[in-house]
Amino acid sequence: MSLDGTAGVMINGEHRRVPAGTSLAQLIAEVGLDPHRVAVERNLEIVPRSTFGTVMVEDGDAYEIVHFVGGG
Amino acid sequence: MNLQNSVSADTWTVAGRTFSSRLIVGTGKYKDFEQNAAAVEASGAEIVTVAVRRVNISDPKQPMLMDFIDPKKITYLPNTAGCFNAEEAIRTLRLAREAGGWDLVKLEVLGEAKTLYPDMRETLRATETLAKEGFQPMVYCVDDPIAAKQLEEAGAVAIMPLGAPIGSGLGIQNLVTIRLIVEGAGVPVLVDAGVGTASDAAVAMELGCDGVLMNTAIAEAKDPIGMARAMKLAVESGRLAYLSGRMAKRRYADPSSPLAGLI
Repeated sequence: MSLDGTAGVMINGEHRRVPAGTSLAQLIAEVGLDPHRVAVERNLEIVPRSTFGTVMVEDGDAYEIVHFVGGG
Repeated sequence: MNLQNSVSADTWTVAGRTFSSRLIVGTGKYKDFEQNAAAVEASGAEIVTVAVRRVNISDPKQPMLMDFIDPKKITYLPNTAGCFNAEEAIRTLRLAREAGGWDLVKLEVLGEAKTLYPDMRETLRATETLAKEGFQPMVYCVDDPIAAKQLEEAGAVAIMPLGAPIGSGLGIQNLVTIRLIVEGAGVPVLVDAGVGTASDAAVAMELGCDGVLMNTAIAEAKDPIGMARAMKLAVESGRLAYLSGRMAKRRYADPSSPLAGLI
């Protein structure tokens, strides 16, 4: 936790600050994504979608949020 | 049952899932999602390949593939395009499974950017791990009958040899090895990569392949929707020719009209 009560996290390589006590579900909503269409890796570990509401974002977390795009 | 009926009822099954269309199409390189969806429709494909990539968090409201191609109607086959080792490929497919719940996946582990040839050592390693984790990997591979057997033993649910390098459109370069893979395989064989035009797809099917997977040949055609339909017909006609059994080749001519009764 930083002095101003926020957590600094990396999301897809971009730095973001979120209030302390933010859940992963809130983080996904804050970014503007539909949780049913993405998969999330937190510090290289997959986070099951069913736990998005209970996983709390911590200072220094690195997230990868992916979805399906066109490909061959 | 006559042959026409037997072809219309001619399905194929991979990892317990049965499909009527033997054409799998990619969803890359299209002008836009509308064109992509129209081409999938025209191709009659029931499976599309998709890639797994980072969401653009700066612009999360961008249109998404799922808005145009409904995964409830068309089976999404997540791929590992762009992965150059087993770990990257496995990581990608674990995410794909979490994103959509799919265990039927397309594994490709590339060896180098220039040829996009598969790295078979890494491919084999990834196949073993994925199979252990409960995935059903359809595996892109070299057109090598021995490697194909090894992949099958490692847990591949389909063998997908290249006809020519990815995106090259050069057509099937080695008919002999593709035929040998088909003859030796206990799982479906699909030519994946190298098809340039309809006749290439027909050739793959005439060799006895269970299906063909393509992307660029449709997406980079002047009229992708027309080419999608051409590919659908080519796959069907190649399959029908294979089932019908082609005539034997002769060295010289053999007249089709009777010689008896000539004036």
